[in-house]
Order: sequence, then C-alpha cells, then structure tokens
Amino acid sequence: MSARGKLFGRWLRLATLVACLAGFPAGAAGQDLAVTGGTVHTVTGDVLEGATVLVRDGVIAAVGTDVEVPAGVPTLDATGRIVTPGLFDATTSLGLVEVGMVSSTVDARLEGDPVRAAFDVVDGINPRSVLIPVNRAAGLTTALSAPAGGLISGQAAIIDLAGSSVDEMVVRTRAAMVANYSAGAAGGARGGATLRLREVLEDARFWHDHRADFSAGRTRELSASRLDLEALGPVLAGRIPLIVGVHRASDIEAVLRIADEYGLDLLISGGSEAWMVADRIASAGVPVILKPLNNSPAGFDRLGSRFDNAALLHRAGVEVIVGSFNSHNARWLLLEAGNAVRFGLPWDAALRAVTLAPAEALGVADRYGSLEPGKVGNLVVWTGDPFELSTEAEAVVIRGEATSLDHRQLQLFRRYRDANGQHQQSMEDGF
Amino acid sequence: MLVLALVEAGCASGGTTTRAVDPASPSGEESAAADRQLLNGTPNGAWESSYEPLASGPVLIRGGTVMTAAGEEIEDGDVLLVGGRIEAVGVGLDAPAGAMVVDASGRFITPGIIDTHSHLGVYPSPSVEGMGEGNEATNPVTAEVWAEHGVWPQDPGFWRALAGGVTTLQSLPGSANLIGGRGVTLKLVPGRGVTDMMFPGAPMGLKMACGENPKRVYASTGPSTRMGNVAGYREAFIKADSYRAKWDEWLAGDRKSDRPDRDLELETLAEVLRGNILIQNHCYRADDMLTMLELSREFGFSIRSFHHATEAYKIRDRLAEENVGASVWVDWWGFKMEALDGIPQNLALLSDAGARAILHTDSGLEIQIMNQNAARAMYAGRRVGLEVSRDDALRWITINPAWALGIDGETGSLESGKAGDVVVWSGDPFSVYSRADQVFIDGAVVYDRFRSQGNPTSDFELGILPEAGRGGGR
Repeated sequence: MSARGKLFGRWLRLATLVACLAGFPAGAAGQDLAVTGGTVHTVTGDVLEGATVLVRDGVIAAVGTDVEVPAGVPTLDATGRIVTPGLFDATTSLGLVEVGMVSSTVDARLEGDPVRAAFDVVDGINPRSVLIPVNRAAGLTTALSAPAGGLISGQAAIIDLAGSSVDEMVVRTRAAMVANYSAGAAGGARGGATLRLREVLEDARFWHDHRADFSAGRTRELSASRLDLEALGPVLAGRIPLIVGVHRASDIEAVLRIADEYGLDLLISGGSEAWMVADRIASAGVPVILKPLNNSPAGFDRLGSRFDNAALLHRAGVEVIVGSFNSHNARWLLLEAGNAVRFGLPWDAALRAVTLAPAEALGVADRYGSLEPGKVGNLVVWTGDPFELSTEAEAVVIRGEATSLDHRQLQLFRRYRDANGQHQQSMEDGF
Repeated sequence: MLVLALVEAGCASGGTTTRAVDPASPSGEESAAADRQLLNGTPNGAWESSYEPLASGPVLIRGGTVMTAAGEEIEDGDVLLVGGRIEAVGVGLDAPAGAMVVDASGRFITPGIIDTHSHLGVYPSPSVEGMGEGNEATNPVTAEVWAEHGVWPQDPGFWRALAGGVTTLQSLPGSANLIGGRGVTLKLVPGRGVTDMMFPGAPMGLKMACGENPKRVYASTGPSTRMGNVAGYREAFIKADSYRAKWDEWLAGDRKSDRPDRDLELETLAEVLRGNILIQNHCYRADDMLTMLELSREFGFSIRSFHHATEAYKIRDRLAEENVGASVWVDWWGFKMEALDGIPQNLALLSDAGARAILHTDSGLEIQIMNQNAARAMYAGRRVGLEVSRDDALRWITINPAWALGIDGETGSLESGKAGDVVVWSGDPFSVYSRADQVFIDGAVVYDRFRSQGNPTSDFELGILPEAGRGGGR
C-alpha cells in the first residue's frame, strides 16, 4: 500500500473512531425521520404493533407505541406494514466488482502470493457502483465488502449502502480478515494450508514482539511481508475476526484448532458440513455464515451439503448468519433466509441471521442490527412478511434518510416498457 | 427393424461412424427406411428410449387447488390419473375401483416442472476431475457430439431436482462452442444407462452459442470476435446445406449410385435444416439474437428458443412475431458484459408481449426452486404494474418449456389425455415456504417427501455420510 493509502487508512480509522463516539458512522450527516404505525420487529425485543421508530440525526432516538414525534420531524406512515432493521449481508464484494469478467472492474482480489493480509479493500470501493442501488432497493442497507482468493485474502470493510464517497459509506474499515481453508488454498495439500497459516501467524506474533530488531535487520527472515505481518496484529490480538471460508467437517475442525491455539476470533464462512460438527462449533462459540440454498455435493469437501444446515446448527446452539455469497444479487439474501425457514430455521432466528447476528459477529452490534435507541437509523418498511416472495421493500431508510429506490435496472425497464421493443426508445428517464 | 438393430449394435460397440448399413441388403425398402432413420433419426435419434413408466394403478388426487397451466385455477379440485395418463381434471371426480386416493385438501396441484436448460448429468456433482462432460472444447463446431453420450445417470443432482417438483429436463452441452452438440430430453426417473431416462418421442435439441464464450475460448485460434462467430456458423451451415442436398438427391433417386459418405457433424446440421432438431441458442444480447434470426433466415431453419437471453425484453415483439422462445433467468446479471442489462421484469415483459416466455435454470441449485423463481419473476412484473397472472407464471415453468422441447402435446399442463406428470405441493407453490410433497411421473409416485424409502438416490452418495442415500431435497 502506498504511503498515501496508509495515511488515508489512518484517517479513516480516526474518522471512524470519532464517528463511533457519536454513535454514528463516518462521513454523511444523519437525518430525522419518524416511521409510524408499523409492526416493528426490533430483533432484540418484542414485536411492537402500531409502533413508531424515531430517528434523530441518523440515530434511533426511540422505539415504542407511545413515542411522540417532535414537530418538524418528517414522518413515514408504515401502518399495516412490517418494519425491520436494515438487512446486513456479510458475504459481498459490493463496490469492489462491477462486471465479473471485466478484470479492470474487479478490485476484490490480489494475485500472486496466497498471503495478502495487508490488502485492504477500502481504497477500491466504488460508491457509484450500479450494484449498490440495485441491492439497496431490496432492503439491503449494510454490507461487508470483502476480498476473495488466496489463503489470506485481505481485509474487509463494512459499508452502509448510501453516500457518494467512500468515507461517507464506511462503517468500519479493516473490520475483518478474510481467509480460505481448502485443498489448494496454499497450492497443494490441506496440510500445506495449515502449515502456511501457522507459519504466518507465528511470524506475525514474532514480528510484533521484535519490531525493533526486525527494523534493525537483527531477526531471521520471516515468511510474509512486513505489511502482511503488521496487518495480522489485530487478528492475533482478537480485536478483529478472522473469517475463514471452509466446508469439510474435518477442515472446520482443523480451523477450530488453529483458532484455539492462537486465540483468534473465528467466523466460519460457507460451512457446508458444519452441521456434522455442530456441537464442537457451538462449544467454541464460533458463528457460522452460510448460504442456506446449498445442498449439492459439488465437491469432496461438501458431500454433506444440505438444506437444513442452518436449522441443525441453530438447534445445536450455533449462531447462524445467513449470507447471499453474491454481489450483483445480494438481494437474494431474503430468499436465502426464507429457504432456511422452509427447512426448519425458526422465523425469528432467520431475521436475526440477516440483521443482528452479522452485526454482532463483526463487532458493530453497538450500532447495527436491531431497532433500539442509540443504534444507527437503518430500517426497512416491508409490504408483508419480509421472507415471502410477494413482499417488497416499500421504504429503505439509511441513517434516517429514505433512500431512492430507483436504479439502472428500473431505468432499463421503463425505457423498454413504453418502447415495446421498437426503435423509438423512451427518453423520459434522462438517457 | 432388423437393420436398425444392426445399427444399434454398431453404436453399442463403438463403431458408429464407419458401420454404415449396406444399402443392398437385406431389401431395398428396408434399407431405404434405415437410411432415412440414419438421416432423420428415430424419435430419439439413433438410440431409442428404454424408459418404462413405473407400475401404477389409478390415482385420484382430491380436493386441492388445481393449477393447470391451461387456464383458471380450480379450487377444491381433483386430478384423476388412469393408466399413467391424466383421465380428468375437475371437481367432485369419483375414484375408480382400487384407486389410490391422495387427500390434497389445503394443498396445491401443478403439472410437473420442466427445465429447458440443465447440465445435470453432463456437469454432475461432484464437479471434479474426470466428471466434466459438457464442453467438447476442441473445436468451435462440434455438431457431432451428443449430450446423451456424456450423461451420468448417477448425478445426485437429478434427485434433488425431482424433489423440487421437476419431472423433465433438457441436458445440454455447454456454451464453449459455436455449435456445441445435441441435447437430450430426460425424464427424472432412475436408470442404469441414459436410454432409461430418455423422454420417448422427444425431438433432439442442438446447442448453439453466441457472443463472448466461444470467442473467449478460441481467442488464440479463432473465432476471436463476433464476426468470427457468425462466419463460423455460416461456414458450417453452407456445408450442411450441400450435404443435405447430396443425400436428398441420392435418396430420391434409384439409389444405385454409391451412397454418399456419412459425416456426423453435417448429419446433425442437415437434421436442423430439415426441421427435425430444435435449435437451443445460448445468446444474451438483443443484437446478437437479431443476428441469429438473420442467420436462421439465410439458411431456412428456425431457432426454437434463445437461452439466457438477458435482453430478450428488448426484442420481445420480434420474438413473439417469429414464435421463437426465450428461456431466461429471473435476475442473473452483470457477471459479464453481455449479461449487463438483465432485469427481473424480463419474463413479465415477454409474457405481456405474447412471446414464449420460459424460466430456465442452468443450475443444479436453482432447478430445485423453479416454483419460487417463477413467483419472484411474477411479483417483479406486478410491482411495476405489469399484469401477470398466476397461470402465466406457472406456464413459464411447465407448458412453455414443454413447447420449447417439442413435448407440449405430451406433458406440461393438467389436461386430460396428457402424461400423468403431476406435483402435489404442501402449499401455494408461489410461497417461499412450500415444498413438493409428491411428484408423479406418468402416473406413478416417483418422489414422496414423507416416505423414508423408495425415493431415487444416487449410488455416489452411499456410504459417505451417516445418512447416505437419503437423496431428495434436504
């Protein structure tokens, strides 16, 4: 990373810290809004009928059935509607990829050495990505924008899907370290991946204990770059989670052992066979981020894939987080969660799995994931059961502001709706 | 039939191309018939289906909401299956003696779901070395290869699709090539070989591909541009046209001259020109589809369905006029340039224009939720003010794909006389919470969610997990 990039990163962290103190993300100013009369699913408390969610300066000031709306605060009538926290998808690369096969638009992956711990995606996030409004209109308000590939992919950022600059969007930079554990992740046998992971973690620990010696050239050679080793510091200190993509039951056990050895804050991602070791995962207190619509024995590391993985894990006491594992269609998040319900996950757990559970696992539950005073005013007004296919997001509120629900796909629709496929194309949409 | 048997034996022993039947024996008429069969194909091409419907007595599915894909929904309706066929659809039907009665009260009944675009069998699970049969990516034109020669009947994906209410699918070659080879229409019934699954009488498909994939795969040797793609199709069809003419002339004559040599590649394309093989054309962009329509006009064949067709909505009037189907996803988009303009209203707009709107999957996962995807596309249309009926949405996954595969006279709707391909759903199939409870194929229960034994499973899944062999849609 360039010196300028580092400076920017520091600035962001500082800005984030300041914003945290205000209970609010960096950058954008928050708005006032009262969402009234809806059936409010707070996630942390009871379901409130005919309740009001009052947002002041972008932060929830009150939630309840007896909340008075101060004069001058705009209101949004949600009578007969369902109100939930904004959806939070922990499995996207939003802002980092525009067209999958156009390499110049893909900023989620570095090539080369499988260890890329220092790679911080934040500078590559494009606030003007057309993917953002497409997915926001479906109720997604917050996402982890994550790197991919290699053994250690890099560092992910949490963003709100509103704002015209990265600093406006960012909730937390360097929010998690992302890694993969599978055959081939470090170029060959699984044991090679384990070897390399341990080596890098050992060296990172060593480097942090012997910085001065390292700078003076008085240490042995280390297995990763100085920046990579530095970046692993917060992971070793347990200050940020390590998200590991892993599927086979025995691989999950291997990763649990490593996390235990190094005292890491582990999140399992993927976890196709997690149900087979649910008790071990539960006793380790490790959440699992999974895609419920996944039951194909597509590889030898996921022969145990099944639709009721989420339900079985929940029953065993594992914190389940549902992800779309998609960027263009992160809007499938609710389809995924709804199908988890179809196969036995309780409805409340499914709502939690796309709101509070990711916020908790990523360390931002003090500000995200539920409708409670002090939290950021991200919420969605739904026309019905949010998981049901007939339901749509009627309003998507981010930091107290009802966001535009328009996007490029709707513009394409309008252009061709009226043109009926003829040469004469409608120009009404500003094209 | 004797001659045909010889040909089949030849195929089975691997000598397909060179073991042409001697036209002089055993009799002129028989050999002419055999020649025609070589050229025009038996109903399934060279190999006949060995599918036998499972034994079943009469079945009365009683008291459900019947969604026919042929009109209005029938509340508290019945579907009667006799001899593997739909005997009657209505209200208050009587159960024949000995009939199995299925209480469908509170449940929904639809035709079996059909997917025009699957790679189950040719790109099976597990997707590992040794198992990929979908792309003969050694030449941009491989009209000579047939998906059925690569289908693995033990693909566990078949039984997951079945548990999602799918009764028929077309397994296609991939899209690496301009002309990728013949597709095969399969019933989701267990078999030891592919012929046990072949849909009797279904015409074959031919996979063609436009745009980015062929030019990417063959970038170094060509075609490397859309220009090169079109030149490749034209070159192939020019050859096929003269091949067909040569054969037709020989067949129409006294057949004393030397019979023309067979050419497997051109034989397939000649069959397209004769209208016996249905073109299934992977093509995303509106302009690419219009180019393919020009090409089809140049050579006098018709394209049965475009596939993926993310921009089909832009030319929906043309597709409707020319009676060309569009097999599309709900909302896949943006994974490459030619998919950039995909929108969730594609199906609704196609339907609205009277075009043949078809929901396809191209996915072993999404083939299990085709009912949900039809619902998502229906609601996506309604949200922007398009009128889309539940029957329209059901047609996207039943009768319209049946038409694209040339089997709509046989299956795809709940109408008397058709095959007993029926799904009983736990609730509204357009709800995320509903599941296929029972799936009937030709009147027999092939899948029942509530039975612990008897549902098809793959050999591959035995002995791997504590619950191996469970199969189904779990």
